[in-house]
Amino acid sequence: MTGEVQLHETPLVDVHRRLGARLIGFGGWLMPVQYRGIVEEHRAVRERAGLFDLSHMGELFVEGPEAGTALAHALVTDPPSLAVGRAHYSMMSAQDGGILDDLIVYRLAEERFLVVANASNAQRVSDGLAERLARFRAVLDDRALATALIAVQGPAAAGILAPLVDVDLGSLRYYAIADGRFGDIPALIARTGYTGEDGFELFVDWERAEPVWAALTEAGAEAGLVPVGLGARDTLRLEAGMPLYGNELDENTTPFDAGLGRVVKLDKTADFVGRAALERVARDGPARRLVGLAIRGRGIARHGHPVFAGDVQTGAVTSGTHSPTLGTPIAMAYVAPGDGEPGKILEVEIRDQRVAAEVVPMPFYRRPT
Amino acid sequence: MGVPADLHYTKDHEWVRVEGGEATVGITEFAAGELGDVVFVELPEAGSAVEQHSTFGVVESVKAVSDLFAPVSGEVIEANGELAGRPELVNAEPYGEGWMIRLRLSDPAQVDELLDAAAYERLTSGD
Repeated sequence: MTGEVQLHETPLVDVHRRLGARLIGFGGWLMPVQYRGIVEEHRAVRERAGLFDLSHMGELFVEGPEAGTALAHALVTDPPSLAVGRAHYSMMSAQDGGILDDLIVYRLAEERFLVVANASNAQRVSDGLAERLARFRAVLDDRALATALIAVQGPAAAGILAPLVDVDLGSLRYYAIADGRFGDIPALIARTGYTGEDGFELFVDWERAEPVWAALTEAGAEAGLVPVGLGARDTLRLEAGMPLYGNELDENTTPFDAGLGRVVKLDKTADFVGRAALERVARDGPARRLVGLAIRGRGIARHGHPVFAGDVQTGAVTSGTHSPTLGTPIAMAYVAPGDGEPGKILEVEIRDQRVAAEVVPMPFYRRPT
Repeated sequence: MGVPADLHYTKDHEWVRVEGGEATVGITEFAAGELGDVVFVELPEAGSAVEQHSTFGVVESVKAVSDLFAPVSGEVIEANGELAGRPELVNAEPYGEGWMIRLRLSDPAQVDELLDAAAYERLTSGD
């Protein structure tokens, strides 16, 4: 693409403006990066609840007698193994094993699935699915620009949402989805998220986004629900040890590099795009591994900063921030397989200075149970 | 958002308070607001020399890294050590406890090149 790119706007963009959000371009969309401040919003989600507009995500519905089989061919997971009403984390791989996108797959009915793609990859996933599904009795319905996605995340989320929906949230398990109603608005209600907290994601028609947002805002006020932008979404997912496409994952990365080999179902019967390459990586081991780093010196490691083991560069930082919950800098980095054991002291080069960093197990933060 | 009338400013959103031959330097409330929550500040040591328009330090928010540019040349008398443990002072009191360095001016005439409060206010209001 060249020149000025027209950004998509979610159905809530005017709501964000009224709330005083700072809006930025992200994945082709004009999105709120923050409202009151990243740290304040981050803490709200950890301690109370946060409201997110995720309508930039790509909602792709796949339906037909061979919908499951087709998705098993198109993705690295085995969607036919999902019970109706359940979901799993998945990826679309290229022939060479590189990751084209990471996804959530929901089984809505025996022959109906919902695939949710990252905004920046939504078109590519849609095109890729259309191609990979072509020889199956399955139809792709790309509803990315017709489906709004609103998330409520945090320990107070269930209490805020429960009175507003006709679904019994107590019996809606983590990574489950129910077809229900939000007031009188048809909604798919899923217990999924990207924050490390309990929470829900609501898929509703584009033009129903505003009333849903307004009702949640009102219902959550007492519990301390606040709108949360992409800035805190990033610090929340990083603390939770969740990868971000474009940082930890890309076309040159296999799921095994990212420590996500378990996602790849090499034992499924279906042949799938990337199988041969991924079997090779599974057998030989990845050339690098994704680790968590706790920065022990002064400074904040950021995307692209080199990581050293002694005098040798062993890799680079993929994401880094100041952890609002821990109060210290944290990072994710790819390093040589031999340098990734927890406890190992590495160094990150931050603006020409070497700063000590300890390899630590992820996640950096786990919610209290 | 009020801009203190007694300070001098740069287009890069630093402020300067001149007292005798000394200058205290910080970043404006506008800059702190644009950065968001400041979580790390890197400052030069006392005794080091800073040159007008060159980088003298770094301020990082959760999301962004931003260079600090020296509004005037001089020798660093003191860096605000308090910011190491409480970088949030940059947001809370940008013109007060959130100051960054104190300099001995090497060329006081440089102060005349800086913006006054009214000019800076026009700059940040986007006119």
